[in-house]
Amino acid sequence: MKVSRRWLEAFLRRPLDARDLASRLAMLGAPVDAIDPVGTNLGAFVVAVITAVRPHPNADKLHVTTVDDGSGTLFNVVCGAANVMAGKKYPFARLGTVMPSGLVIEKRKLRGEPSEGMLCSARELGLGSDHDGLLTLDTDAAPGTPLVDVLDASDERLELDVTPNRPDLLGHKGVARELATSYGIPFRLPEIPGLADVDLPTPVRYADEAVVGGVRLAVADPTGCGRFLGAVIRGVTVGPSPEWLQRRLESVGARSINNVVDATNYILLELNQPMHAYDAARLRGPAIVVRAARADESVVTLDGVARTLSEGTLVIADAERVIGIAGLMGGRDTEVTEGTTDLFLECAWFEPSRVRKSRRAGGLSTDASQRFERGTDRWGAVDAFRRCIRLIITVAGGAVDGATVDCTPAPTFPPRIFLRPVRVAQVLGITLPWIEIEKHLVAIGATVVSKPEDERIAVDVPGWRPDIVAEIDLIEEIARLHGYENIPADLRPFRPGHRTDDAAWGTAARVRLGLAALGLSEVMTLPMVNDPDPRAPRLLHPLSAEHGMLRTALVPSLVRQIEANWSAQVGDVRLFEVGTVFANSQPGDPPREALHAGFTVTGARHPAHWTAAGKATPWDAWDAKTIFERLVALAEPAATVQVEGGQWIARDGLGNQVGWCGPVGADAPPWATPLFAGEVTVAEQLAATLSYRPMPAFPAIVRDLALLVPLTRRVVEITSLLAERGARYGLESASVVDEYRGKSLPEGMRSVAIRLVFRGADRTLTDTEVEPAVARLRASLERELDVTLRSS
Amino acid sequence: MPEPDASPLQPLRNRLAAVATLDAAALEVEEIAILGRKQGELTQQLKGLAALPIEEKRAVGGALNQLKVEFEAAFAARRTTLRCANSAHDASTVDLTMPGRATWEGTRHPVTLVVEEIVAIFAGLGFSVALGPEVETEARNFSALNFPPDHPAMDMHDTLYLDPAGHERGAGERLLLRTHTSPVQVRVMRAGPPPYRVVIPGIVYRNDPFDPSHAPAFSQIEGLAVDEGITFVDLKATLAHFARKFLGSDTRVRFRPSFFPFTEPSAEMDVGCAICGGKGCSACKGTGWMEILGCGMVHENVLRTCHVDPERFTGFAFGMGPQRITMQRYALPDIRLLYSGDMRFLTQFGGLDQ
Repeated sequence: MKVSRRWLEAFLRRPLDARDLASRLAMLGAPVDAIDPVGTNLGAFVVAVITAVRPHPNADKLHVTTVDDGSGTLFNVVCGAANVMAGKKYPFARLGTVMPSGLVIEKRKLRGEPSEGMLCSARELGLGSDHDGLLTLDTDAAPGTPLVDVLDASDERLELDVTPNRPDLLGHKGVARELATSYGIPFRLPEIPGLADVDLPTPVRYADEAVVGGVRLAVADPTGCGRFLGAVIRGVTVGPSPEWLQRRLESVGARSINNVVDATNYILLELNQPMHAYDAARLRGPAIVVRAARADESVVTLDGVARTLSEGTLVIADAERVIGIAGLMGGRDTEVTEGTTDLFLECAWFEPSRVRKSRRAGGLSTDASQRFERGTDRWGAVDAFRRCIRLIITVAGGAVDGATVDCTPAPTFPPRIFLRPVRVAQVLGITLPWIEIEKHLVAIGATVVSKPEDERIAVDVPGWRPDIVAEIDLIEEIARLHGYENIPADLRPFRPGHRTDDAAWGTAARVRLGLAALGLSEVMTLPMVNDPDPRAPRLLHPLSAEHGMLRTALVPSLVRQIEANWSAQVGDVRLFEVGTVFANSQPGDPPREALHAGFTVTGARHPAHWTAAGKATPWDAWDAKTIFERLVALAEPAATVQVEGGQWIARDGLGNQVGWCGPVGADAPPWATPLFAGEVTVAEQLAATLSYRPMPAFPAIVRDLALLVPLTRRVVEITSLLAERGARYGLESASVVDEYRGKSLPEGMRSVAIRLVFRGADRTLTDTEVEPAVARLRASLERELDVTLRSS
Repeated sequence: MPEPDASPLQPLRNRLAAVATLDAAALEVEEIAILGRKQGELTQQLKGLAALPIEEKRAVGGALNQLKVEFEAAFAARRTTLRCANSAHDASTVDLTMPGRATWEGTRHPVTLVVEEIVAIFAGLGFSVALGPEVETEARNFSALNFPPDHPAMDMHDTLYLDPAGHERGAGERLLLRTHTSPVQVRVMRAGPPPYRVVIPGIVYRNDPFDPSHAPAFSQIEGLAVDEGITFVDLKATLAHFARKFLGSDTRVRFRPSFFPFTEPSAEMDVGCAICGGKGCSACKGTGWMEILGCGMVHENVLRTCHVDPERFTGFAFGMGPQRITMQRYALPDIRLLYSGDMRFLTQFGGLDQ
C-alpha cells in the first residue's frame, strides 16, 4: 500500500516528517519498505523578482520584463502571462535550465525582443495543470533562493508493508487513525476543495431488489454480495480532474483517467472502499444484477482481455450479459468514457473468498480485489458511498436521479466480543489499568459497552477491523497500542520440557564433525532432482523437469557438484552432505524418509608439498574405504562393512544394507583423477557408549609371517581365522603389513605379510610360549585355507 | 624391573641411554661399535649365545634381542633428530619461509555452523531439539496452524505438493513438502502434555525459483515454549537474551507488531543493523534495524487443535531463517552460493570449525 505524506497531513492537520512516520508505523505493525520523493525536480529553479514590466513593442499580449534573479545581473525576459506584475516574485528558469517537459531554456528573440530565461507557470513546473498565469510566490525569500526552499510542493510516497489481517491500512483513513493514536491527536476526513452542497438523504434500505433512478437492481447471490449500494447520477460531464485530485492520485502512483473514475479511485485510496461507475446508458434492461456466472459466459474487462468465466464466478450483469467480475474488474462495454452523461454508481460488500476465487481464476489482482479479499467495511460502506457521490458531483457535475438505495439481503451487526482484563494479564504478563485498556480499545474505533467493575468487558468491534473476532484479537490490539517496547523483558525461571533431543540430531552432528575431520567439506544440495529411480516421489507442479522428483540418494547430486568443480578447473574436491532422502512406500501413503550421509572425493589426497617436488598422490580406493568405514562407525555403529559385487557394502545387525562405497562414473575431463563415493543411512540413535580398558602392563612379542596365499583366498579369511584361533595364545592383533604379487611366486599365488602381536594379560610372554603358538596357527592356516609360509 | 648393577648388560644399557646425547660424528662411531656386523659389541654377544647352555641362552637371548631392537630404534631416532635440527634451525642454509606441510582442512557448511550455534544457545535456555518429516499433510502444515481454509500460501504456486499418482487422499490429507517447520510443533504438542520447550531445525520448501534472495528449499529453525504462566514478557526476555548471546552483549533489539496465522499477539524482532550501527544504510533500508525473526504467543486455536487447554497453558513460538542470517553474517551477496559445491567457496569456512 502506497500512502502520501501530504494526504496524511490533510487528515491530521499538521506537518509530518516521512522518516518519523515510517518509524511510528513500523512500531504499530506496518513497516515502511521505501520512502520515495514525489513531484518534479525543482532544483534548477530560483525565486526571481520583477523590477520592471513594459509592453512588448511588437505584440499586444506579450510583456518585456526586467528580472532580478539575485545573481547581480538583470535579465530581459519576454513573458506572455497576464498576471505578471512589477515587484512580484515568480519561479524563474535561468538560461540552460531543462524544463520538466525536456525543453532547454536558451537565449532567443521573441518578436524582435531578446529573452534571457523564462518565468514559469505551475504547469510548466510540472506541478499540475494550472496554466492560467505565472505561479505567484508569496514569499519573503530573496531573489536567487532555490524554489524548493519556498514552494512546498514536495511530497513523499511511503510504501507500507501491510499484513493480511489489516485491510483498514489499505486506505489513508486507516493509516491516519493509527497515526492519530501515536501522536495523541484527533483526525478527520480531508476537506474536498469546492465540495458541492448536495442534499443527499440516507439510502433507502431494501432486501435484495430495488429500483434506483429507473435501473432495476437485484442481488441474486446474497452469499456472495452482502450489501449493494446503488445510485444513478445524471448529467455529468466527463473530463479531466481538477489539479488537486490529479495530484492526490499521482502522489501514490495512481494514474489520472477522468474525473469520474478518479473520484471512485480517490474514495478507494482514502476510505479503502472500492467503487465502480457504469455508463448507465449502456446498461441493458436497464438493470444491474449480482449473480453467479452461468456456464459459458464471458466478458471483455476494462483491460481489453476477453475472459471466459467459470460457472459460479460472482459477476455483475445487466438484463442480458455479464458486465463485470464482482470485486475484480468492470467490463469495457459499460466503461465511463468522454461521452458518458449518466452514471450508475456501485458500492458493494463482496464475500472475500468469492473475490479470491475470481482473482485466482482470472490470474489478475487489482486494487479492488486486494481490498475485497481482505475484507472491506460493510457497515462503513454507506459513508464512503455518500462521499463518493458528493465528490463526483463536485468534479463532474450532474445530479442524483431519485433516491439512492441500499440492498442488504441479510442485515448483520459488527461482532460484540467479551474481554477479561485478567486474560490480558495472563497473555501479556503485565497488568494494565482499566482506563488504559479502554483507551486503546477506543483508539481502534471499538465501542466499550461495559463498566470498569465488570469481569468481562463487552466490546463492539468497528466494521473496518474484520480481523478482530475473538478476545485474543483485542488483547493483541491492547499490546500493540500499549507498545511492545513498553512490555518488560526480564528472564524468569522456566520449566524445561519432558523431551530429550531427537537422536538423529546428535548423530548427524557427529557425522558432520567426523567427515570434516577427514578433510571433507559439507555441501547443501537441493532435495528436488531428476532421479531415474522409480521409487522417487514426484512433485505435482515442479519448478522445472530438472527438479521434478525428490531424491532417493545423495551421491548423484554430489557427483554433479564434483563435475561443476571440474568445469571450474578445480580438480581436488572432497564433498559430503547430510540430508533427507525419500522413497515411495505404499501407494497413497507418505513416502519413507531417511537421513543419509554421502561423500565423494577426487584429486589429491593431501595438498602438494615442495619436499615431494610438488607431487601429491591421488585418492585411491583404500582411502575411500577408510572414509567409508569411519562414516559407518559414526552413522550406524552396529553395521559391518563387507565386500559384495566389487564394492563395499555396510549391513546392519539384521543384515539390511545400510550403505555402499566404491568408484563412481562421472562426466570427467581427461585430467581428472578417479572419483570415489559412498553413502550411509544415519541411524536414529544416541552415541555409542564406551568403557575404559586398562592399558597393557606387559610388553608384546611381535612376529611377522610372510604367507603364500592362493588368489582365491581373501585376506579377511586369514585375519579372522588368526583372530579366532590366536585368542587363547594371547594374540592381540593380526594385521596386514604388505602384499606382493610377482613372477617369483608360484602361479595363482600372492604373498601377504601378516604381523602378529602377542601379549599376556598377566605376565610377560616368552618366546617359548609364542613359538609353538605361531606353529599351531600356521598349521591351521595351511590345513583350512591352503595358506603356507612363503619360503624365503 | 632389572636390578641396577646386578646385570652384565648394564654397561650396554647405559650406553643406550647416552645415544640421545651424541653428535653426528659420535653417533656414527657408536653405531658401528655396538651394532657393527663384525666388531659390534652386541653382535659379538649375540654370537656368543651359541656357546651357552640352553637355559641361559633363553634367558640372556631374549634380553639381548630386546636390546638390539632398542639400540636400532635409538640410533634411528637420534639421526632423525639431528637431521631435523640441521634443516629447521640452521637459518643460514635453510629458508624458513618455505611453506609447511599441509593437510586438507575439512569444513562444515556455514548454515550448519549457524544452526548449531543457535541450537546451542537455546539448549542453554532449556530447549531440546525436535525433528520431523519433510513431507507433511496439508492439515498439519496449514489448518492445524490456524491457516484459514483458502489461505493464499496453499496455492500451488507457493507450495510444492506431491503427485498423488492416482491415489487421491482426503481433504486436508494431501501431501506436500512442508513450507515451514511448524508442523513439528503440532507433532510435539500432540505427543504429550505440556510443558514443551523445543527448538526445531530443518529444511523447508517453497515453490520459488532460485534468485539472489530466494531458494526453493532452505533451512529454518523454530522454537516453542508452552507452560502455565508463560507470557509475552517471557517471549521478549528469551529472544532478547538469544540475540545478545548470538550477536554480542551490546546488541540492541526491538519488537514490533506483525501477523502470523499461528501466533497472536505476533511480533517481528529486529536487531540493530550491524553494518551501519543503527544510523541507517542501504542494507537496513535506512531504518537502522534488521529483521531477524518472527515470533508471537501461540494462537489459542493452535493449542486447541493440539489438545492443549489455552485457558490453562500459554506459550510462545518463534522462527528464523539461518540462510538469511548466514548471508548477513558473512556478507554473502547471493543465496545461491549456499547451494554451491565449489571448493573455493566451501573451504573459506574452515577456521570457524576449530
